[in-house]
Amino acid sequence: MLIDIVAGLLILSGALFFAAGTLGLLRFPDVYTRLHALTKADNLGLGMVVLGLMLQAESLAAAGKLLLIWILVLLAGASVAQLIARRAYQKGIKPWKS
Amino acid sequence: MQTLYFAVALFLLLNLSIGMWRIFRGPTDIDRMLASQLFGTTAVAILLLLAAFTEASALRDIALVFALLAAVTAVAFVRRDTQPKQNHAD
Repeated sequence: MLIDIVAGLLILSGALFFAAGTLGLLRFPDVYTRLHALTKADNLGLGMVVLGLMLQAESLAAAGKLLLIWILVLLAGASVAQLIARRAYQKGIKPWKS
Repeated sequence: MQTLYFAVALFLLLNLSIGMWRIFRGPTDIDRMLASQLFGTTAVAILLLLAAFTEASALRDIALVFALLAAVTAVAFVRRDTQPKQNHAD
């Protein structure tokens, strides 16, 4: 029962991070700030959802697979954010100043 | 729990359709790529939720493939216009 509540809260907070990421992607002024919003949704949003689902997983193997998916997204997200930011900088896109 | 899974999956889908606005607006192709990266991650979350909702564990493998492809897409995008011109000539 308690584990259901914790899992539900984790999944809901993950959804909140996804919403925040989408909002940031729409509202932030330039590529670099949008990249920041995007990686929050990637890492924390998916992370919270995965943690919540892991609590409900039917076996240890299923929970392990969920964890692996999250780790893959973390690694990919970190390197992709770096690559895209460097590309934007090389293209001469100036970081936003107030 | 099942209702929550489905509701959150629907909410994330709604998120995706709102994020479509960034692809429409741009202004640069990098912004569009960022939006499609968000789509990739959200698709993974939706598939994982649906895997729990329908108890079809094969959907988890699909989510894994989505996570891989999203990374490959972004690397291909970055590589696309960094290659020297003469490679495209012939």
